[in-house]
Amino acid sequence: MVSPLLVTGDGTLSYGAGSVTLPRADAREGAASKAADLQGSFSLADVSVAYGRDRVIEGVSMYIPPRAVTALIGPSGCGKSTLLRCLNRMNDELGNVHVGGTITLDGADIMGRAMDPVELRMRVGQVFQRPNPFPMTIWDNVAYGPRTQGIRKRSELDELVEESLKGAALWAEVKNNLKKHAFELSGGQQQRLCIARALATKPEVILMDEPASALDPISTQQIEDTIAQLKDSVTIVIVTHNMQQAARISDQTAFMLRESLDEPAHLVEMDETRKMFTNPDDARTESYITGRFG
Amino acid sequence: MTTPPTHSGRRLGRTTTRRAAEAVVRAIIYLCGWMAIIILAAIAVFLMWNSFRAVNEAGLFTMLSGTAWYPTSSPGKFGMLPLIVGSLYVTGVALVVCVPVGVAAAVFISEFSGRLVKEVMKSIIEFMAAVPSVVYGLIGVAVLIPFVKDAFSLMSGMTAVTGGIVLGIMSIPTVISISEDALHAVPEELRQGSAALGNTRWQTTFKVTLPAASSGIFAAVMLGLGRAIGETMAVLMLTGNAAVMPASVFESVRTMTGTIAAEMGEVVQGGLHYSVLFAVGLVLFTITFGINLVADLVLERQRKRWRR
Ligand SMILES: Nc1ncnc2c1ncn2[C@@H]1O[C@H](COP(=O)(O)OP(=O)(O)OP(=O)(O)O)[C@@H](O)[C@H]1O
Ligand SMILES: [Mg+2]
Repeated sequence: MVSPLLVTGDGTLSYGAGSVTLPRADAREGAASKAADLQGSFSLADVSVAYGRDRVIEGVSMYIPPRAVTALIGPSGCGKSTLLRCLNRMNDELGNVHVGGTITLDGADIMGRAMDPVELRMRVGQVFQRPNPFPMTIWDNVAYGPRTQGIRKRSELDELVEESLKGAALWAEVKNNLKKHAFELSGGQQQRLCIARALATKPEVILMDEPASALDPISTQQIEDTIAQLKDSVTIVIVTHNMQQAARISDQTAFMLRESLDEPAHLVEMDETRKMFTNPDDARTESYITGRFG
Repeated sequence: MTTPPTHSGRRLGRTTTRRAAEAVVRAIIYLCGWMAIIILAAIAVFLMWNSFRAVNEAGLFTMLSGTAWYPTSSPGKFGMLPLIVGSLYVTGVALVVCVPVGVAAAVFISEFSGRLVKEVMKSIIEFMAAVPSVVYGLIGVAVLIPFVKDAFSLMSGMTAVTGGIVLGIMSIPTVISISEDALHAVPEELRQGSAALGNTRWQTTFKVTLPAASSGIFAAVMLGLGRAIGETMAVLMLTGNAAVMPASVFESVRTMTGTIAAEMGEVVQGGLHYSVLFAVGLVLFTITFGINLVADLVLERQRKRWRR
């Protein structure tokens, strides 16, 4: 078995397109050698997306390290959600979407026929912008994914439900009310329930598309705490419009930009969050982060 | 306050007229709102008033439990049970036909078809609903009566099943369009959430979308039921209209609606038979009212549970 870093590091894949700053290999090396079996890293090479004839993203190449938080930032409409949906092939659901380039998860191509999107989505969970619990009880919501995987044993499901709710920092609030209808929870609790629901299939990666943008400050804080607590066990890719939030919670930040409507968006710069927010290489990154446009 | 004093007189006048106009409009709206209830109550009172003689002379219980319907013999026998059972049989068969087909078609249109197919299907369904019931009856006479006769090797093809199948087909558009609305109202985010957990479109439909739309689908079935139980023309043409207690759905039946329509032309105005037909109408009215009431109560309870 090859370590994901060997397969996905800058040595084997060409990042020719664009002025992409790669995460330096030595930056992740310490973490990677500590646990060589770390799973949940993505490599994107020259990824492009078109909705019909509308080319939305082009030439995006990046490495998303395992067990870390990667933030996608950029002005509205620059294709952050679109790129995120490539990672669990949710674009397939939309129809008339063309995704080009190569995306690998731990070295395995996720776009080819060899990858079953259903299996991929068990490994790459997603949390949406607006909390979307299913109209059923808290317990049933969390057990939904495992049941899809074919787990039927009540005790096993009970265990998964508890574990996942703990992972999403919701257990203490709902442990006595697991039979309560999910709609009776507050918005913030519902969003953490959705995180728990995604955790229940034991994914390697969780994608979050502005998971706190519909929530109040306290709920947002709780989501951020949950993310901080989760990143030791899963890779997190998060889209956010909140610069402070990106700076607070992410390890890596990628900045995307669509310079005009006639041309597709591209990746301007990706680096460690600290560097992106203090000393970015690209002037456009700096002006976006400091709020001069977008 | 901020208006210059020179305009204040005119402004006051305008406000007064406007206030009067508002009061008139409000009264009209209130009246229209109450109109539905007034009309409904008027129908009930009218039916009761006209069936008074029947209840008095034939007896309510005797009519409801009697199994002999010989309205023209003397003295006439007015046992309505065969008619009630006939209506229930036909409606039951109609439900068996229209619920599975209607719900399945709604699922297909809402969850599995592209925009073009969806539009085409919707227009076809609207057209289906617009075809007069006599036409359905004609097709039933030409096609279904011989078919039922052969398929079940019966003496006659004019049975409760025959009428029920045609009624079911006639109710399908109602069931489809209301179920489709209910499925359409399920937020797209729920489907995406389910897909993101590795479910196929089918699994999502059965585990999330259909349950989330269940109250609307229930309403669709109830409205289909209402349509079926009240339909007259097609059943009159297809069920053979024998006013005897049917032993099974493969026998000829006469429905309540069919009885009223067939016999009303031959009765003496104000006579006992006339009054008894009103009593049949009252029973029909009570049953449909009851169905709607139950549907409303269930829907209301569902709505409370599903509110977000
Ligand atoms: N389903 C779709 N069909 C067609 N075009 C789409 C679709 N989804 C997104 N787009 C287009 O793709 C472009 C990128 O959209 P996307 O939602 O990925 O942007 P975003 O960066 O997530 O924006 P925001 O920050 O506002 O969420 C936009 O121009 C949008 O109009
Ligand atoms: Mg977005």
